[in-house]
Amino acid sequence: MAIIEIKGLEKTYQVYQKKEGLRSSLRGLFSREYKQVKAVQGIDLQIEQGEFVAFLGPNGAGKTTTLKLLSGVIHPTSGTATVLGYTPWQRDNEYRRRFALVMGNKNQLWWDLPAQESFRLHQQIYRIEADVFQNTLDELTDLLDLQDLLQQPVRELSLGERMKMELTAALLHSPEVLFLDEPTIGLDVVAQHNIQQFLKYYQQKRKITILLTSHYMKDVAALCKRVVIIADGLIKYDGSLEGIIKSTDQRKLITLQFRDAIDDSLLAALKKFGNVTDVETPRIKLTVTRDVVPRMLSTILDGYQVDDVVVEDPPLEDVIATVFSEVTAGRVQQIDDDEFESIGDGQGL
Amino acid sequence: MTITTVEDNRIPLRARFTTWWVIFRIAMEERFVYRGDFALGTLMRFLPIITQIFLWTAIFQASPESKIAGYTRNTVIAYYMLTMISRAFSSMPGLCGGIALQVRNGEIKKFLIQPVDMLGFMLLGRVAHKAAYYTIAVVPFAFVFFLCRDFFDGWPDAEVLIAFCLSLFMGFLLGFFIEASLGLVAFWFLEVSSLVFIYNLLSFFLSGHMFPLNLLPGWAYEIVKVLPFQYLAYMPAAIFLDKIPRSELWTSLANEACWLLVFVVLARIMFQRGIQRYSGFGG
Repeated sequence: MAIIEIKGLEKTYQVYQKKEGLRSSLRGLFSREYKQVKAVQGIDLQIEQGEFVAFLGPNGAGKTTTLKLLSGVIHPTSGTATVLGYTPWQRDNEYRRRFALVMGNKNQLWWDLPAQESFRLHQQIYRIEADVFQNTLDELTDLLDLQDLLQQPVRELSLGERMKMELTAALLHSPEVLFLDEPTIGLDVVAQHNIQQFLKYYQQKRKITILLTSHYMKDVAALCKRVVIIADGLIKYDGSLEGIIKSTDQRKLITLQFRDAIDDSLLAALKKFGNVTDVETPRIKLTVTRDVVPRMLSTILDGYQVDDVVVEDPPLEDVIATVFSEVTAGRVQQIDDDEFESIGDGQGL
Repeated sequence: MTITTVEDNRIPLRARFTTWWVIFRIAMEERFVYRGDFALGTLMRFLPIITQIFLWTAIFQASPESKIAGYTRNTVIAYYMLTMISRAFSSMPGLCGGIALQVRNGEIKKFLIQPVDMLGFMLLGRVAHKAAYYTIAVVPFAFVFFLCRDFFDGWPDAEVLIAFCLSLFMGFLLGFFIEASLGLVAFWFLEVSSLVFIYNLLSFFLSGHMFPLNLLPGWAYEIVKVLPFQYLAYMPAAIFLDKIPRSELWTSLANEACWLLVFVVLARIMFQRGIQRYSGFGG
């Protein structure tokens, strides 16, 4: 049986609509208009034990909402989901001891105290045996290189160090399922890389199931074999990362380094094959479709003296941007998950 | 009273106590981080005593009577000093606003994800904050009471002392659960600062913080007597000064316990409903 099983999951939010201006603010004191916004509109998904799955999608696609549903923070409007056999929004304590959620933009540690104190608290809350706790903590701090930082108040740590501490706190109780919501947001390249390496190692070693949302394609490429693209609250793609590239992007980027300067006739010849993006004579860059590549190369190599040829896939970010713009084409409104951080229909008393 | 941090009843009591102790210890450590603010806040509590002494001396000098509603100048000042102790137990600075803020900025999620009960956790945190406060404040409190010892008629008997301690303890819990209930209103109305303002205003006048409640006109006193505010300041002080007839002493405490129960249940229900609403509409 799949470790995460989602069927027809839907979540509709009620969002207060306020027109511009003081008059509408005053009117809002007495009666308010609400709009139903479908953040998730019927998702079906199965995830097996030990999978590392990336959830991709533009802002407001429904990724965070899905993670919130799976971690039991919110109730769905309809549909079912089980994680480890539990219905998440019933918030069974047994379930809560077996998963963890890390949000890149939320801090769960005690701000003014050293992280060690928060870890100690987690030990108690999750009822971790003393020796198991110490071993896990030693392992995690060793892997993440945190030994010297445990005594330092959390507020004095860098963003990267803090995220490592958050991950440590989340993994202390050895969760079987881990939800990561943009864990590398705002981190520099080195810190991102360290966290990627750690997650990769840890997931392979422990065989835990991880669901990750990230806007950094490097995270996804480095970690996840399976990618789920979600847009407008619907799953638009479920498969491998290579699969997306093959199915949605037929382009190749070609860089040619000629021995001599590029003249007009050469430029005209190249333009017949594809789109010239950059000319820095004697070097030229162009985008062509995959099937044209062999014919173009043989023609050019036969007729001109070429010093160097580079054929590559377009950057992953570009591919995904294309996918996103295709899947969201024609959509009327963008929903941002973070807009639903706040609730309630009153702004004051 | 509910101070379970984990709803699972199968957990042995000893393990629960260890958990409570760790939460308590960490919350107390957090309290001691900002030493300057903490020390200043503690000392500033004593300044109003001087103004109160001057104020009541002037009032009694202007009055032809040496007693007002059974209180002499000394007893009123003693009363005021005792309400300082009551307030040190029952006031909950930042609790209501803190809960509202957590609801608003989504930090409350932590309590939905982790196997921990939010109200129990916060109550332990508050016990720790109070303990941290008393640890430091006991010295200046003792010193001020020693200097002002002549305002008191001596120590009350054992029964009164026990009732006094009990009313302080319940006052603490009542203060906590009233403010927690107010904070939980944030699940419905995000901003609760106006509500806190109204509560503080009512509490200021109706708890007997400024003057003994039995100085009020008879009809007003009768109303105030059925409200819960009196337990936050007036009741412990009045008990200590033997102003509550012995025949009513334990009934008054029983009434206080009833109010406490009402607010414990109210806070619990509001929390459950609030979470349902939160997870149904927002998150």
